[in-house]
Amino acid sequence: MTRTKRSVAAIALGSAVALLAAACAGQGGGGGGSTDADADTITWWHNSNTGEGKEYYDQVAADFEAETGVTVEVSAMQHEDMTTKLQAAFQSGSDDQIPDVYMSRGGGELQTEVETGVVRDLTEAAADEIAKISAFTGQYTVDEKVYALPFSMGIVGFWYNKDLFAEAGIDEVNPSPTIEEFYGYVDQLDQAGITPISVGAKDAWPAAHYWYYAVVRECPFETVENAIANTDYSDPCFIKAGEDVEDIIAKEPFNKGFLSTGAQEGPTSASGLLATEKVAMELAGHWEPGVAGGLTEDEQVPDFLGWFAFPTFDGQGGDPADQMGGGDAWSVSSGAPDAAVDFAKYLLSDEVQQGFAERDMGLPTNPAATGSVADETLAQLIPVRDGGGNTQLYLDTRLGQSVGGAMNDEIALMFAGQAGPQDIVDAIQSAAESE
Amino acid sequence: MADDVTTRDVAASPATSPARGAAGRTSRVRPAAPARGGRRGVNSQLRKRLEIVFFVAPALALFGLFVIVPIATAVQMSLFRWKGIGPLVDFVGLRNYVSVLTNDVFTGAVVHNLVIVGLSILIQLPLGLAIALLLNRRMWGQSALRTIIFVPYVLAEVVAGVIWLQLLQPQYGVIDGILDAVGLGSPEQGWLGDPDLALWTLMVVLTWKYLGLAVILFLAGLQGVPEELYEAAQLDGATWWQVQRKITIPLLGPTLRTWGFLSMIGSLQLFDMVWILTRGGPANATTTMATFLINEGTERSNFGIAGAASVVLFVVALFMAVLYQQLILRRDTRPETGRN
Repeated sequence: MTRTKRSVAAIALGSAVALLAAACAGQGGGGGGSTDADADTITWWHNSNTGEGKEYYDQVAADFEAETGVTVEVSAMQHEDMTTKLQAAFQSGSDDQIPDVYMSRGGGELQTEVETGVVRDLTEAAADEIAKISAFTGQYTVDEKVYALPFSMGIVGFWYNKDLFAEAGIDEVNPSPTIEEFYGYVDQLDQAGITPISVGAKDAWPAAHYWYYAVVRECPFETVENAIANTDYSDPCFIKAGEDVEDIIAKEPFNKGFLSTGAQEGPTSASGLLATEKVAMELAGHWEPGVAGGLTEDEQVPDFLGWFAFPTFDGQGGDPADQMGGGDAWSVSSGAPDAAVDFAKYLLSDEVQQGFAERDMGLPTNPAATGSVADETLAQLIPVRDGGGNTQLYLDTRLGQSVGGAMNDEIALMFAGQAGPQDIVDAIQSAAESE
Repeated sequence: MADDVTTRDVAASPATSPARGAAGRTSRVRPAAPARGGRRGVNSQLRKRLEIVFFVAPALALFGLFVIVPIATAVQMSLFRWKGIGPLVDFVGLRNYVSVLTNDVFTGAVVHNLVIVGLSILIQLPLGLAIALLLNRRMWGQSALRTIIFVPYVLAEVVAGVIWLQLLQPQYGVIDGILDAVGLGSPEQGWLGDPDLALWTLMVVLTWKYLGLAVILFLAGLQGVPEELYEAAQLDGATWWQVQRKITIPLLGPTLRTWGFLSMIGSLQLFDMVWILTRGGPANATTTMATFLINEGTERSNFGIAGAASVVLFVVALFMAVLYQQLILRRDTRPETGRN
């Protein structure tokens, strides 16, 4: 009965999803649809679908196969394709279509997966690995059970153009500036006729990152956690965060037309403007060097990129060492054979994580691998991330798509001058209450 | 939208034509074998039914699977709170509808849709008609001009959208570049970034994109106006303007009304161009019902709310279609039914 309902529902989502689901079914079919019955074959979906990263993951799968005799069917997909296919696979409810090992982003999405029973509890089975990376498993824990093993955790901060900063006469950049120092940079850039910051407010989330970070600065970590747990956002620190963001917007540091600027697509996106030296800085995650590299003419990561943390505020309630970021983790589906758990654990091993770091595929979570990050700019993030503070997940991911979407849209309205600090809190509160 | 029309045509034509064909055949068979009695009659009756079933079934099955089932599922989904995973269990009655209809973003989207419906007809009808009348005269470069006008319609919507997005880019885009070069300023936030300008900018792009369809349809309609009427009018000494007003436009009526219908339905379902240019922003200034439901559904996983929004969109479109049918298109369909 439920099966029929689900498949019927899938049709309603439109031919696109149906086609994608069919494509997934096709892929599963290659292995004889054998996820459950045959424990010698597991399916693995990841998003390193180009170049060295893809080669490395193919090698990792082959190594695992040689060691254990378990065949790993690897599907490397473009990130958005992967999330769409995952959603379709979960909607199908069929173990044949849901991959055994897949990428989880944690937060509200993981919560939904736990509630519907599609994801496997790894607390016991991967206890050793979890002990090693316990600093990062908090965001993948639901009711004290760990459902995903984070393999990369990055933080958001300002990526800046060293050359343009020098041109504006900013000789020394504080890696953890105060808001006054930050405004100083903005003023100096303005005076030099350089657009200080680009932000892709069309996609909402890049603008929303300012608010999330202001929350991390103004609110103690526990306050945010309690607010989420109790669906009560009445703490004044949330309003304070909104006022901080309003102050930044009032300085008018952003690129012309930032309300219609996209995040990462093409040279006129926020990342594109930074990559092509049209603006001096952008608030973005650890993915920025990779994205910027893809948007330059020579397709090389620009060597002018530097990084500093989001500014701190006078009298802020949050620990200055706290950061905001997010990462990726490996989850195992509930219908997967035990070999899939072994594979997820293997992916977190010192050896695999070191290879991951050497190829600059992300910021490894395994302490044995953090020293192996090859790219110097990227490596700067590690001491800040591991500096003893908590890392708050991107709040939209943390709160789930539904509340997160409502929050992001309201923050985008603030950037358009059409919403105030209270409106953002109200939007979150009412979306969370109707959850 | 175009797909919808084709499916319906495909589904409808075999459904009606074999029925007519079969009826025709029995009437021919009957007088030839009157003496054989009832059994043959029952047989042929049965055969006729089987034939109908045989010919109609595939089309009906497709229609059911891809039109009826999705509509029914959307209605079903709209009554539940559903995150996209797992069975539908959390029944909420009409609460999703209440939340959609009281949502300012959605009511704003409905207004935007209606504005686009109205403006599309108000702008494209006179403009399209004028261009069609001009292009209908024999002149140098006539077919080249027709092609140029029709090209935007042939371009894939996404491709056209991305090109316009680049052109309209603030500061670095071609349009701002030209305006700067001739000494005219451009809006501070760009054409698509200013909430007061975005909808109008969108209308310009939509007009550019869909004017070609109007012109081509009108030109086709103009081919159907009998030459003799023009000759007769000329003999009577009518001016060019009088000929257009008294002969061409009235005889173009059915084409104009059909185009108006297509334009209306297209405007109600507008999605791709908006999604590429503005994603419904800035500050929800260009949301449409379709962007709202995609935003709620695939972006936020509120499939119940998206379901309710899609049902509302369906009802609005159906209501307007029926109204249009009753008030305007009936003039065209009436005489035809009479003839049958």
